[in-house]
Parts: sequence; C-alpha cells; structure tokens
Amino acid sequence: MTHPSLSRRVFLEASGGTLVGTLAFANGAIAMLAPSTSWAVTTEQFDDHQARTLLIFTRHLLPHDTLEDAVYALVVKDLDRQAADPQVRQQLTNGIATLDRQAGGEWLALNEDDRQAQVEAISGSPFFKTVHGSAIVALYNNPLAFAHFGYGGGVDDSGYLHRGFSDITWLPEPPIAASGTIPVDSTPA
Amino acid sequence: MDYTNQRTFDHDDDGVVVVIGSGAGGGTLANGLAQQGIKVVLLEAGGLHTRTDFHTDEWRAYEQLSWLDPRTTSGSWRVAQDFPNLPAWICKTVGGSTTHWSACSLRIQPHEFEARTRYGDLEGATLLDWPIGYDDLAPYYDRAEKRLNVTRTNDIPGLPGNNNFKVMYSGAQKLGYECNTGHMAINSREMDSRGHCQQRGFCFQGCRSGAKWSTLNTEIPEALATGNCEMRTRAHVAEITHDASGKVTGVSYFDGNGEMQHQKARVVAVAGNSIETPRLLLNSASTQFPDGLANGSGHVGKHYMRHMTGSVYAAFEQPVHMYRGTVMAGIIPDEARHDDGRGFAGGYEMETIALGLPLAAAFLNPGGWGRDFTRMIDQYDHLAAMWLVGEDMPRDTNRVTLNHDVRDQHGLPVANVHYDDHDNDIAMRNHAYQQGSDVYRAAGAVDIYEVPPYPSTHNLGTCRMSEKPEDGVCNGFGQTHEVSNLFISDGSQFTTSAAENPTLTIIAMAMRQAEHIGERMKARAI
Repeated sequence: MTHPSLSRRVFLEASGGTLVGTLAFANGAIAMLAPSTSWAVTTEQFDDHQARTLLIFTRHLLPHDTLEDAVYALVVKDLDRQAADPQVRQQLTNGIATLDRQAGGEWLALNEDDRQAQVEAISGSPFFKTVHGSAIVALYNNPLAFAHFGYGGGVDDSGYLHRGFSDITWLPEPPIAASGTIPVDSTPA
Repeated sequence: MDYTNQRTFDHDDDGVVVVIGSGAGGGTLANGLAQQGIKVVLLEAGGLHTRTDFHTDEWRAYEQLSWLDPRTTSGSWRVAQDFPNLPAWICKTVGGSTTHWSACSLRIQPHEFEARTRYGDLEGATLLDWPIGYDDLAPYYDRAEKRLNVTRTNDIPGLPGNNNFKVMYSGAQKLGYECNTGHMAINSREMDSRGHCQQRGFCFQGCRSGAKWSTLNTEIPEALATGNCEMRTRAHVAEITHDASGKVTGVSYFDGNGEMQHQKARVVAVAGNSIETPRLLLNSASTQFPDGLANGSGHVGKHYMRHMTGSVYAAFEQPVHMYRGTVMAGIIPDEARHDDGRGFAGGYEMETIALGLPLAAAFLNPGGWGRDFTRMIDQYDHLAAMWLVGEDMPRDTNRVTLNHDVRDQHGLPVANVHYDDHDNDIAMRNHAYQQGSDVYRAAGAVDIYEVPPYPSTHNLGTCRMSEKPEDGVCNGFGQTHEVSNLFISDGSQFTTSAAENPTLTIIAMAMRQAEHIGERMKARAI
C-alpha cells in the first residue's frame, strides 16, 4: 500500500480544508477551559465544504443544542484520520456528494427539517454507520465533552475520596451500618 | 510487586503443571499449587500491565486490557445485533478479568447448587444439579473471603457509599428492600500491604491503587516468589497434546514472536474463561478425540450462560455524579431468592453500576442516535444506575462452537457464541426492569431508561461439572471425566449460573482444586 502521506502529496494536492468557528456559549463549561473563543480544525482529506457537511451531519446524528461546534469538529478530525484509508475516504466523500445531489445542490443549504429528513432516509447506510461509529467515540471522549456533560473523568490517584464521591445532600444520609466510614488514615489531597 | 521469574522450566520438563490463563481461576490455582511446592508453568495469552500502567481514558483502558481477538456471534440475543464481534468484555492481560472485575464477592446460595431439583424440569432448559453442594465449598468460601479481604466478612468494615449508592439506598428503603455497600474485594482499610480504596471510579479499567483484589496484585507475585512458578506472557495456547493412552502430555502455544512452542506437562489446567476454554478443547481435536478433547459426552461448549442482565439508568433533578467512586457501590439482594410466584425460576441481584461518559455513550443505547439518544447523555451527571444480574437458564443450543470461516492472528478458528434468551430469562429481566425502575421512582427519578445487556463479563458453563460423565465435561473437582490429568479451572465448570457474580466462587473452587491436585499428585494418581 502507498504511504498515505505520500499519496496525499501526489494526488490530493488541492485537497484539505479548515473548519473555523467561535464559541457560541461564552459562559459555558467549555469556554472556561478554552484558551480563546476562536477555534480552528484543519483536515487533510476533506475540503472546507466536505468538512462542514460532516460537522452538520454529526449534529443531526447526535444533537446536543448547547454543545459547541468545536466539539463536533473533533468528530470531523477523527473521520479525517480514518479517511487516510482511501476506501474510507471514498465512502465518506461519496456520501457527502450523494447528500448534495439529493438536495439538488448543497445539503447544507437546506433548512434543518429537510436536512433531518435526509439523514433519517439514509440511517443505517454504510456512510451513516461510519460517521456514527466515529461520532459515538470522538464526540464524547475528550476534555471539552467531559466539561460540557459534567463528567469528572480521572482525577489523580487520590481519587474522589475527598473530592465529592458522596457529596449528595438532597437525599438523607444512609446509616453507617449500610455504608461505611472514610478510612481514618486518609487525608484530603 | 515483583513479576520476575525466580526459576524457569525446561520445555521438556514433564513434571510441571501447566496452567492456562492467569485470571481468577488460573492465577489462584497457580499460586495454590506453587505454595505446595508443585512446579507450575503459567501461560498467559496477554501481556503484563501492572497497576501504574492502567488508564483512566476508558477506551484506552479497553484497548489495553480487553480480549480483542476476533470472535463471532449468532442467536437472538441483543448483544449479537449491537456488538456482533464482541460477545464478551473480558480481558487478555496478566490477571485476566480480575483486572476488570467490579470485585463484588457473593457466595452462591445453597439452593442454587440444586437448581434442577428446586426449579423442576423447565422446557427448553438443561438444568442439572451440581455434583458439589454449598457445604463442599463453604470452607473455601471462608478462605477466599479472608484472602480477598471481602468487606462485611471477618469484621472488615463496609466501603463508604458513594452518591450512586445513596440514590439506590433511598429508593430501596422506600420499597422495603435491604441495601448496603455489599461484599466487596476492595480494601476498605489498608490490609496486606495494599492501600484502601480511593474511590477513583475506575474499577473496570484496572485499579491503580491496588485496593481491589486481583490475581495481578496478589496470587501471581506470590506464586512467582515461591520459586516454583514460571509465568510466560503473550503465550497463546493453540492445542493440548495427548498420548496414545489418552493422557495429556503438554501444550503447544504461540509465543510472543508468533513461534510455536511446546511445553510438556504432567497435568494441564485450563482457565481461559468460558469462551476460550471450550474453544481450546475443540481446537485440540484428534483422531482419538474427534469431537474435541474431553468431549466424548458432546457437552464441551454447550450450556453457555452469561447471566440474565440489563441495567436501569435513572435521571434526577439534582446531580448524582455516578462516576465518582466504586462502580458496584451498593447492592439489593432481596430478589435473589427463588420464588416462582414471581413468574420465573431463580433470582437476581440489583447492583449499582457506573460508566464514564465515553462508555455510557457506547453502551446506554447501542446504535442509538437522534434526540432520544442525546436526551439521556444530556442528563449524564444527573444519572444513577444499577445493573441487574440473575440466573440464566442453561440450554444445549446456547453454545460456543468453532467458526472455521473466521481465523485469528494465528490461523486458528475463532469461537462463535450463540445465545437465545430462555423465556425464564425474559420474564426475569422484565421483572427486574420493573423493580429497578420502582427503586429509582421511589427515590424521585424524573426519567427512567431500561438499558439492554452489555457484552458478557460473566461467561459460564461451557465445560460443566456433572455427577455422571454423560451429563457434562468434568467432575466436582474440575477434573475432566475423560482425561484424568486434564482439569477445567474457570467458570466453564459452573453447572448452572446462579444469580451471583461468579468470581468468588471461581476462586473458592480453584483453592479447592489446588488442594485436590496436590493430593492426587502426591498419591501418584495423576
């Protein structure tokens, strides 16, 4: 097999694109983490239009209204990595072209309901499955998503013992006999 | 922890016991034998990942520890549709699935050893009483609980309950259910040079603190320290060999470089988990054993059980943060009894479970998309969850077979896992969904989600023990009926699944088997 970067240099010189955006929720959990409100993600296998189509398609698949495009862009980035495999690239670019063809121009130019109808019409297709398979991992396995959805993930090895593992106050405290005590030798980190 | 071999054995040394697999069964057996001065070669298909290697990135941990060699599925179970090449989520690493287990350590109830007698003849099920009873295992359960520092035994205090537990406890109380933080093989206090639980929340990804018992952090280093046990990692056993008399003579395995090796043996014990164990026996077919080694009865691979499972996730108005702290943080045992007034035989446990965001996205509604799917994820930090685990019915059509059309990296036919839910399993799951939902409603849930079974972690029964040779593969000590120096040493031995998480029983049986093998070797009977 040809080395992917080599084949890209030779055959796909004109390809590649950039997704850019500005954080929509200036006070959101993601904005708190981000060094700046502008973001950009570059793609090697997709041009701007293809990358944008994949991003919006992913928003239809896994719609979280207040989740930043910057996180959805990570799915496009993952698909871009997978598309280094020419077969995957072809499946994805064909899928995008089909969406556009069926839209009679640009799928992105349709209104949201019409775009949604087209997504539903191709659910279960190989293109759909590839995007879904990538999205279900890439959309949720990153620090921005963790912050947005309130998942603390791995803290250091001192764990949650002194970081709120039992901090619920909206329910009565279970008796010690049913639960247990914090080990006495343990001190807050 | 020192994992260096203090001694190595020659491949032609036919005095060794070869133990295949280093998990709950194999790791415990290897140490049990080595402590008696018996020479052991422990073969583990996976590599050595020690506790400082473990990850909190759930996908990375999954890739590090899981058995990801190809497998196939068939049957009407939902796992075959959702995860066609991942029937089971079990491990390929030193310590086997004890690196991944929740550490929930329950004894099988006395009546569950007599399932056929107690439940009667259920159509479409192949129930059979175990050839051993609760009393045979009781002393070994005692030893296992001491060995594992199981909480709420031997005056060891319970683990402090996390938020997920508090929610379960609140609902349980309102329904009149018993509920506590369970019998866990996780240190609630520093013991045996292992620290106490830090409530990290990554029991499934390998315990970095070492508070959770695993063969990786106890049995294996102890076995190696005796100087009687040699561990070989990345040793994938392809075939068990035998002589003309029908005794096993050793094993052929691929080493880490993919080179075929042969290790002679006096005794071979197989503990590859209930999918790989029958696969190995079937792949060891010969002219003398045309249907697979020790398979004259035809039971190898049959009666595959994986427990009736399912989960209930519930969203609350207030945050829960279920991912903080131990995964199985609370248990409700009330429905584990046998009471066919509920419309099914056997019982089930309700145990809290928690998944991080990455795995929750993959497992809560596999294949799901659109707003039905994302609504649940949007509630992630407000979710509490429980796993439902109960006795499933053995069936001779639920089985592990060889798929000759699909080969692994060594060219060996892979295992196909076929499973159809029995009506009893479905009735039990529906009941469990109902009761689990009621627990969370009583605690104030605003949304309830019934989540389908995950890939199996409790794989059982594919070389079951039986009184009569024609009913199973091995006897009450795991010794195969047909080959006196071949033992089954993992959950494959289970005659029925019982409701409880199986690991404590696998360990107790391995301790008992180690004594038995030692005695039989001393008596020169094997």
